[in-house]
Amino acid sequence: MGAISVIALNAFRESLRDKILYNLVLFAGLLIGLSVLLADLSITEHHKVIADMGLAAINLIGVIIAIFVGISLVNKEIERRTIYTIMARPISRASFIMGKYLGLSLTLFVNMTIMLAVFLLTLGLYHVPIQPSIFQAVALIFVEIMVVTAIALFFSTFTSTTLSAIFTLGLYVIGHLTADLRTVVATSESGPIKSLIELLYYLSPNLEMLNLKGQAAVGVAAAPEYVMMAALYGFMYAGVLLIGACLIFQQRDF
Amino acid sequence: MDDIVTEGLTKSYASGWPRRPPFVALDGLSLNVRRGEIFGFLGPNGAGKTTTLKILLGLVRATSGQAYLLGQPAGDVAARGRIGFLPESPYFYDYLTAEEFLGFYGQLAGLNRAAIYQRVEDLLGLVGLAEARTRQLRKFSKGMLQRVGLAQALIHDPELIILDEPMTGLDPVGRKQVRDLILSLRDRGKTVFFSTHILHDVEMICDRVGIVMKGRLVASGRVDELVRQDHTQSVEVVCQQLKVEGNALIHSLASRVLQQGQQCLIVLPNSDAVDALVGEIRRQGGRLLSVTPHKASLEDLFFQEATQQTSRPLPHMTSGRVS
Repeated sequence: MGAISVIALNAFRESLRDKILYNLVLFAGLLIGLSVLLADLSITEHHKVIADMGLAAINLIGVIIAIFVGISLVNKEIERRTIYTIMARPISRASFIMGKYLGLSLTLFVNMTIMLAVFLLTLGLYHVPIQPSIFQAVALIFVEIMVVTAIALFFSTFTSTTLSAIFTLGLYVIGHLTADLRTVVATSESGPIKSLIELLYYLSPNLEMLNLKGQAAVGVAAAPEYVMMAALYGFMYAGVLLIGACLIFQQRDF
Repeated sequence: MDDIVTEGLTKSYASGWPRRPPFVALDGLSLNVRRGEIFGFLGPNGAGKTTTLKILLGLVRATSGQAYLLGQPAGDVAARGRIGFLPESPYFYDYLTAEEFLGFYGQLAGLNRAAIYQRVEDLLGLVGLAEARTRQLRKFSKGMLQRVGLAQALIHDPELIILDEPMTGLDPVGRKQVRDLILSLRDRGKTVFFSTHILHDVEMICDRVGIVMKGRLVASGRVDELVRQDHTQSVEVVCQQLKVEGNALIHSLASRVLQQGQQCLIVLPNSDAVDALVGEIRRQGGRLLSVTPHKASLEDLFFQEATQQTSRPLPHMTSGRVS
């Protein structure tokens, strides 16, 4: 077994033993409880409301885990000094970073698969038709979570846990507002501000591109080419961040 | 053949303030550790011991200077496969059981499943943790963590073992076990480089030692050589029925004279004046009870160096003692 997979599987084991998957109980309770409540309140559109809410809950819980586990992936190892014995082994620093990233990705994948199963069960209970668009939306939510994990990991290689959380959260919010940034660039009259926002626009991930929740809730599927391109964009963005994280981590003293 | 070589190793940290000079943790440290020997790396807290070890393992980059382990530059990924390391006050993945923990490090070292099983079995027995194999590390005492950490450093049967304060946190029995383990490693041809501030352990097991103070190696060599070279032995002479008061010869020879009732203790600064003193005691009708040469210890040398460094802000190497 290669060093990356050894680190990844250990990171996965850590998340299981730290009971990260307990969030699923919260998710199931939230989803089923609110669905019961809203299905009673809404007469005409309860199918849409249940689908909408389920997708939003999957997204929210995934992003929260990605940010809060992602920012501590590397920092925790340094602060607790567990990194000393790992880095004294014949593994490169890049392998360590990749192993940690893949380990958290595996945790998130298992988490999301279980959330999706609970979600589909809820849809079935309320006789909501299960459309392919639901799977498209969940697939792109997973890509978005991969991007957010890469952002969190990137910042955690050179800043503290608190600053990593702030930066990651900030970039996540900006990533959903890139269309608005473009409007600001078009309308702004101040040169420096215009350049700054333009720079922010090009550096930020376009996370709205990965958001199909709205149309999935009403059963409208996106073109498969679009889903492919959006996923490719997300993975490329995450890839660039991971390369950056490896390069920065390479220079660090412990 | 040297397994560890450092040449003018320097590490400084920026102070964070523009006009404040950087903090120098290591200042041109040069040492060598020969294959198959136990080398004790001594120094007070903050002397630069851990920084040296971190540079050797590639955890920290040197500001300047060179370091080589097993003939490869420090931090070389492949060479790390032949090195075992135990950090100071080790912190490990406490959610793992002892056997999972050792298995994880075995996998990182590239061992196959059968080899890992065998090594885990052997090492848990060797460090006395066979009973605790399925217990999570979070339920381990400090001494148990130290022992499982030692097993981790040995899981891949490395050629060179680097230990940072391996005796810390161990009770006398545990310390003896670690000492015996280090000696058995040397018997099997391994090189052991360990830092410590417990001088007694160093004196007992090390082939050679290096003393680091304020980032500089101030003494290096065999313990007996260092001690002989630097310390004049004192001699304690105890006698009876001797009136020392007013005896100018005895007072001129002795560095200290203590009279307690009938008994008298005379301390000579070295062995040169023993014959003269014994002759004088007999002439005066005294009865000689004992002559005890006081052997200088590594501790004396260590304190002497520490005192010298305290009085000198940036010391220079003591010429003739650094190999």
